[in-house]
Amino acid sequence: MDELRDLYQEVILDHNKNPKNYFQMDEPTHSAEGHNPLCGDQVEIFLKVENDKIIDISFQGHGCAISKAASSVMTSILKGKSIAEAKYLFEKYQHLVTADINEAVNVDEYGHLAVFAGVREFPMRVKCASLSWHTLLQALENKTEMVTTE
Amino acid sequence: MTNTTKDFTADTRASHFDVEKIRKDFPILQQEVHGKPLIYLDNAATSQTPTVVVDALRKYYFEYNSNVHRGVHRLSQIATDAYEGTRKKIQHFLNAKSNEEIIFTKGTTDGINLIAASFGRGLIKQGDEIVISAMEHHSNIVPWQMMCEERGAKLRIIPINDNGEIIFEAYEGLLNERTKLVSIVHTSNSLGTVNPLREIIDLAHSKGVPVLVDGAQAVPHTHVDVQALDCDFFVFSSHKVFGPTGIGVLYGKKEWLQKLPPYQGGGDMILNVTFESTKFNDLPYKFEAGTPNIADVIGLGVAIDYIQKVGYSAISAYENELIRYAVQRLSEIEGLRFIGQAKKRAGAVSFVLENVHPHDIGTILDREGVAVRTGHHCTQPVMQRFKVPATTRASFAFYNTKEEIDALIKALYKVIEMFS
Repeated sequence: MDELRDLYQEVILDHNKNPKNYFQMDEPTHSAEGHNPLCGDQVEIFLKVENDKIIDISFQGHGCAISKAASSVMTSILKGKSIAEAKYLFEKYQHLVTADINEAVNVDEYGHLAVFAGVREFPMRVKCASLSWHTLLQALENKTEMVTTE
Repeated sequence: MTNTTKDFTADTRASHFDVEKIRKDFPILQQEVHGKPLIYLDNAATSQTPTVVVDALRKYYFEYNSNVHRGVHRLSQIATDAYEGTRKKIQHFLNAKSNEEIIFTKGTTDGINLIAASFGRGLIKQGDEIVISAMEHHSNIVPWQMMCEERGAKLRIIPINDNGEIIFEAYEGLLNERTKLVSIVHTSNSLGTVNPLREIIDLAHSKGVPVLVDGAQAVPHTHVDVQALDCDFFVFSSHKVFGPTGIGVLYGKKEWLQKLPPYQGGGDMILNVTFESTKFNDLPYKFEAGTPNIADVIGLGVAIDYIQKVGYSAISAYENELIRYAVQRLSEIEGLRFIGQAKKRAGAVSFVLENVHPHDIGTILDREGVAVRTGHHCTQPVMQRFKVPATTRASFAFYNTKEEIDALIKALYKVIEMFS
């Protein structure tokens, strides 16, 4: 059960139950839809960007606890950040959830994202944790086609 | 083995079914995953393989591996006899009239694609209609969509009710003079529904319409007699009936197979080739281009021997009791909702838990050693029909036990505890 608790930390379960920024935004400057055809997860990310800064960010959709919590945490930490910072955090997060399990990861560097450190022990769940972030990048690039994790 | 083979356990009651003895034939079941005994409840995705099948593959590769229908040498003769012997075995297994009606394919999907492509090219014109049901696997939807688009034909869908059963009156209403073929699943992989095939086929035939039956989820659980069903085409996969992956069977009535143009061209399917023209081979070779999957055909034959030795009546009785027990134990769980509650069902039980996504259930069950399928089960329209993104599916084989169902239930309570 230890590894399971690493994956399903209380913070993740809380975000799943009461997700933050869970609403459809009126007049977003950027948006994109992401889809994981294997498990049917679907997420939509909305952004308001002004002068390269994320003024507001929200999401909607349905998915497992990991994907919902990932969206909730992502939108929480990105509000007020610059696009460059968002892209930097994307890279950092990707490393956190995909790093080899034998590699030492200093979770202190990751702030609120650290709760996702357990994902790398569950390779089948990496896509759940990554979908909203990939969709975010898609939205920032203003691409209109749907993102899939396949 | 023929259809006169004795059903060794036919008159034994389910309670006398020696499941422990059967489990010894499946070495894969003896392992632990994540430190827990493996409880394999994903049989609708693929079934496990008994030792005798793997032994047959080994024997083929070590003792008589060679191409069929070609060499005059000894090994080729043995391989050809084993390959064609399996065709006869399957003819008797399905009670087909002739071994020419048995075509080896890559699997169910390949069989449906063969008929869709060949039927489409040979017999479908603009405005024609193909009828399928709302509970089809993607493999019995997409090949028809592709063909309909190519030929300018239309796909019509038989709706299903809240229990996951087809609405027969609606089916009746869909059949008309433009209907060229009905393609329907025998047993649903995501709902477990067993369709009333005789009625479906009789009605189609009364309007002169042929019927293809997707039997992928039927053959593991029930005896199929294609003449009794009177279906025109029947397809199934080896890997769901305890045989190797990558092989399957298409049964087709001879008059239909003769009428249809070949699917793929190549070696083995020809009688004579010049650059001007080719004379196609007779049935069944007309539909088997290229060197076939010889080893796995032979392996499938041994898997069928194995099933017949256990006996379908014993299998059905035992599995019905397993499913009854699974449904009863699952019903005790608060917040659990079944997706698919057909009166006649086999193989699989699908459900959703309040406030927990199936994907999370699957991960937690896996850590308890319990293998289930979570997702849309390649039946997205079924998920849309029941307004769920995905379900958790436990699917059974005759080597499963009530103790394993108890372990599933215990693991589900762990899920609920974690998410409460």
